Amino acid sequence: MKRILWIPGMVALLGVGCAHRAAPTLALHATAAGSALVESSGGKQLGMPGTMLPQPLVVQVNDASGNAVTGALVEFSGPEGVRFDPAAGLSDSNGQVSTNVTMGGIGGRYELTAASSDKSGKQFFLKVTELSAPYQQQVGYEVNEKYCAHCHNSESSAERVSNYDNLAVKPHSFADGNVLNKFSDSDLNAIITHGGPALNRSALMPPYGWTLSKAKTQAVIAYIRLVSDPPYQPAGVTYAK
Amino acid sequence: MNSVKAKIVASWQAVVRDPIVPFGVVSFLLLIALAIAPLKDHFSEWRHYQQQYVRLIRSRGDAVTLQRHFEGGIHQIWLPQMGVVDRCQTCHIGLGEASLSAIGTQPFRTHPVIPHRLDEFGCVICHRGQGAATTVAEAHHSKMAGEQPILPARYIESSCGQCHHSALEGTPKLNQGRALLTGYGCVSCHSIKLADGTTMTATDQPPPLTHIADKTTREWIYAWLKDPAGYSTTATMPNFNLSDAEARDISAFLIADSKPLSDDTVAMPAATANSTADPAAGESLYGESFCASCHTMQNAAGNVVGGNLGPELTSIGSKVNTRWLESWLRDPRHYDPSTQMPQYRWTDQQLQLLTGYLQSKTNSDFLANVHLEAATPAQIAHGKALVSEYGCASCHEIPGIRKPDNFAPDLSRIGSKPLPQLVFLAGMPHSLPDYLSEKIRRPRAFGSNLRMPVYTFTPAQVEALTTALLSLTDRSFTLPPRLQVPSPRISNYQPAGHAGQLMANLNCLSCHRINGRGGDMAPDLTWEGSAVQRQWLDAFLKNPNTLRPSLIRRMPKFNLSDSDRAELTDYMLTVYQTPAFERDSMPLSGYAPAEVEQGRQLFYSKYGCQACHIVNAQQDKGYIGPVLTRVGSRLTAAWIYHWLKNPQALRPGTTEPNQNISDEDARALTAFLMAQNTSLKQEAKK
Repeated sequence: MKRILWIPGMVALLGVGCAHRAAPTLALHATAAGSALVESSGGKQLGMPGTMLPQPLVVQVNDASGNAVTGALVEFSGPEGVRFDPAAGLSDSNGQVSTNVTMGGIGGRYELTAASSDKSGKQFFLKVTELSAPYQQQVGYEVNEKYCAHCHNSESSAERVSNYDNLAVKPHSFADGNVLNKFSDSDLNAIITHGGPALNRSALMPPYGWTLSKAKTQAVIAYIRLVSDPPYQPAGVTYAK
Repeated sequence: MNSVKAKIVASWQAVVRDPIVPFGVVSFLLLIALAIAPLKDHFSEWRHYQQQYVRLIRSRGDAVTLQRHFEGGIHQIWLPQMGVVDRCQTCHIGLGEASLSAIGTQPFRTHPVIPHRLDEFGCVICHRGQGAATTVAEAHHSKMAGEQPILPARYIESSCGQCHHSALEGTPKLNQGRALLTGYGCVSCHSIKLADGTTMTATDQPPPLTHIADKTTREWIYAWLKDPAGYSTTATMPNFNLSDAEARDISAFLIADSKPLSDDTVAMPAATANSTADPAAGESLYGESFCASCHTMQNAAGNVVGGNLGPELTSIGSKVNTRWLESWLRDPRHYDPSTQMPQYRWTDQQLQLLTGYLQSKTNSDFLANVHLEAATPAQIAHGKALVSEYGCASCHEIPGIRKPDNFAPDLSRIGSKPLPQLVFLAGMPHSLPDYLSEKIRRPRAFGSNLRMPVYTFTPAQVEALTTALLSLTDRSFTLPPRLQVPSPRISNYQPAGHAGQLMANLNCLSCHRINGRGGDMAPDLTWEGSAVQRQWLDAFLKNPNTLRPSLIRRMPKFNLSDSDRAELTDYMLTVYQTPAFERDSMPLSGYAPAEVEQGRQLFYSKYGCQACHIVNAQQDKGYIGPVLTRVGSRLTAAWIYHWLKNPQALRPGTTEPNQNISDEDARALTAFLMAQNTSLKQEAKK
C-alpha cells in the first residue's frame, strides 16, 4: 500500500521537472485598444527566401472614427519559417507598429497577419502579402529592371527613369493581375519574343526574342506571375497558416 | 564439492523444470531479435515520409500521374566525379513534380526552377548537409568533424559562387558580397585565391600617405583615426578602436614620415584664395563641373547625394589645407599619380572659386576636442611600430613601411572551415554562417588582442559578405575543372602615345570602358571611332551636351585646348574602330527623299522607336535612349545601320533590343536618321 502512495509523488516530481518553463517574455501590456488595423507601408515587397525584406512592415491601429490609437498591442504572425523582429509591439504616438520581416526558406507569396484586440477583447486582423523571389523570379526581376521597367513601371527614380507617363499607349503594370492573368504563358511569351504586334497590340512594345534567351523570357514570365495582383491562379502559390 | 554441484542442479531444475520451456523461450527471443532489423527498416523515417506522400497524392486530381512517377524505396544520385552520394530524394519525393509547387510544406515541394539539373549536380553541392544519410537529424543537422549542416536558405547563393567566379545574374547577394570584399579592402589584408587560379584584388583605392602632411593636419588624422564615420558617413575606412595614445602616436608618425611634395605647381599664395572666393559662384561651378557624378555631399535636407567614385566632400574644409586643395584641383596626378580624378584645366579664377567653396564645407564639431602636444621622438617611434602592427601599409602607401605579406588569415577556403576549429562566443548559434557574420559585425569581441577593425556594415551587407565568404569552399577546388566558370580576364589596357598620356591625364577610364578596362558610368568607347563624326566629337569635347536626358551623371567640361582636342579626336577616330565594318562605307548624306519618308514611317509605326527616342522635340516623348534630333550630324551612317541590325553586337549589354530588322528596313531607317542633321546654328536661326 505504501508503494502505491509514492507513485503519484514520483509522477508529480517528474511532472515538475519536465514542465517547460515558458521563456520570460518582455511584458507588453496594451494601454489602449483600437478597432481596425491598416497597412502604412512595407506590404507587397519583393524579397528573397530566408532574407529580411528591405523595408520594415508598418501597420497602424485606428479607432472606430479612424483616429490613430497609441499603446495598442499588435502581434504579427505568418506561415512557417517567417520571422518578425519584433513579433509584437505597442503602437507609438502615430498609432504605428513597425517590424522587420524575414521571409521563410521557400519562394512564393506569403500572407502575414497582424492582430490586435478591441476593448471587449475581440481580435481583429490585417492580412498583408509579401513576395519572395527564388532564383528564376529573381532573374526575371533583374531582366525587368533592365529592359521592361522603363515603360511598364510608372515609378521613376534617378537611377532608373520611367517613361510610362510619356507613352501614347499605356503599358500594363506587371502587377496588374486583372489584365495579365488572362494571358496564358504562351501569349506572354509571344508578346515578349515577337513584340506587341504579335497579339495585335502596340508596336511600342518591341520584340525581345533576339535579345533575351528563352530562359530569360521564361524568367520574366515567372516574375510577372509572382507579382501579379490578384494572384495568378494556375501557378501562383499561397502559403498561409 | 558434489553437494555444491547437486545444489546447482537442483536449483536449475527448480527454475526451468522441463528443458523444453527454456528452449522455447530462447527460440522466441531469437525470433524477436531477428525481427528487429526488418521492423526497424519498416518503421524508418524515410518510409514514414513516403507513406505520407502516398496519402497526400491519393486524393489529388492528378493522382494517377503522380502515382505512376512514384517508386518506393531509397533513391540515390551518385556522381563519383563530384563526390556526390545524395539520397535526399528518398524523402523529398516531389522535387521534379511541377504540379506539387503549390504544396507549401516540406519535404514534398517541387524544387524551384534553376539552370541546373538535379541528377547532374545532386543536392549537397548547393545545400550542404550529409547526402548519404537517411534520417533528417543526420542529413540536415550533423555537425561532426568534417561534416557541414544544411545551409540556411538565405545563404544559398554562396553555392553558385563555388563554380561561377564572376558576377552572375540572379545572385544579387553573392555579387554584392564579392563587391564588398574587394571594395572595402578586405582582400588587402586577407588573401583569397579562387579555384580558377585567380586572386581577388582590391578595387578601392586608399590614398597614398607619402605626402600627407602637405594635405592635412595631424589633428585631422587623429580625429579620423579615432572615428572615420564621424567625418564621413560614407567612409570605407574602418574603425580600429584605437586608444587616444595610439591615435596620437600614429598621427605623429604619419606627419613626421611624410615627404614634402615639390611645390612648383602652386602658383598662388594660399591666403588669397579665400578672400576673393564667392561661395555661391563656387557652388555653381561645382554643379557645372559635375563633381557630384563622383563625389557625395550632404545637402541642406541632410541627404547624402552624389556618386561613390571619389571621397565624400561634406566636411572637406575641415580636412585639407587650402594650398594643397588648389594644387590638387589644378593637377591631381601631381600629388597622387594613381588617382581617378581628372585634370579639369580650370582657370586661376575658377580654381579660387572652387577652392573657396570647398573650404567653406566644414564640420566644426569634428576637430573641436582635439588638442595635441608636439610629438616626441618616442611617440613617433611608437607610432611607426603601431602602423606596422595594425597593417596600415596593407592598404595605404606609407614611406619606409613595406606592404606586409599574409598579414591576416588566408580566406581561400573559409567556407569549409570545420566547426570544431572555430571558437564561438558564449550564447551564439554554433554554425559557420553565424560565426562569419558575427566576426564581421564585431570582430573585437572574439579577443581583445585581435587587430581586425570594425566596419559599419548594414545587416544586409553582413549577410552579403557572409554569402561571399561561404562560397570559398574546399569543394570549389575539388569539383571537376570543366565546371569552373572563370572570372573575367582583367584587362590592363592603357591608351598609347601622347594621346594616351592625355587620356590618362583626363582619366577617361574612370568613367568610360575601353577594351575591357574602365568604369561603367559612361558609354563604352571601344568602337567610338566607327560611331561618331569628327566635327561632332570635336564639338562635344569642347562643350559636352547631354545625349541622354534621363541620366543624372554627365560628361564634364574639361576646358581642353584646341590642339589637345584635335589630338584626342584624331586618336579616337583612328584607333577605336570596329573590325566589323568600314566606317565610311555608307554616305553621310544624299539619301532619296522617298527612302527618308519610308524610314520615318518605319520609325514611328512599325518599330515604335519613339517609345524610347526623340527625333522631333515638339512631338516625341521618348526619354530613355539618346536624343536623336541631330543624330545625322553625330553618328556615321554605317554605325547607325549596323547598330540597327544588332545593337548587342556593337555594345554588348546595351538596353536597346535587337529587333531583327531586315536590310531594307535598316537602310530606310538609316536614311531617315541621317536626315536629322540640323546643326545647332541652323536651329538657332529658325
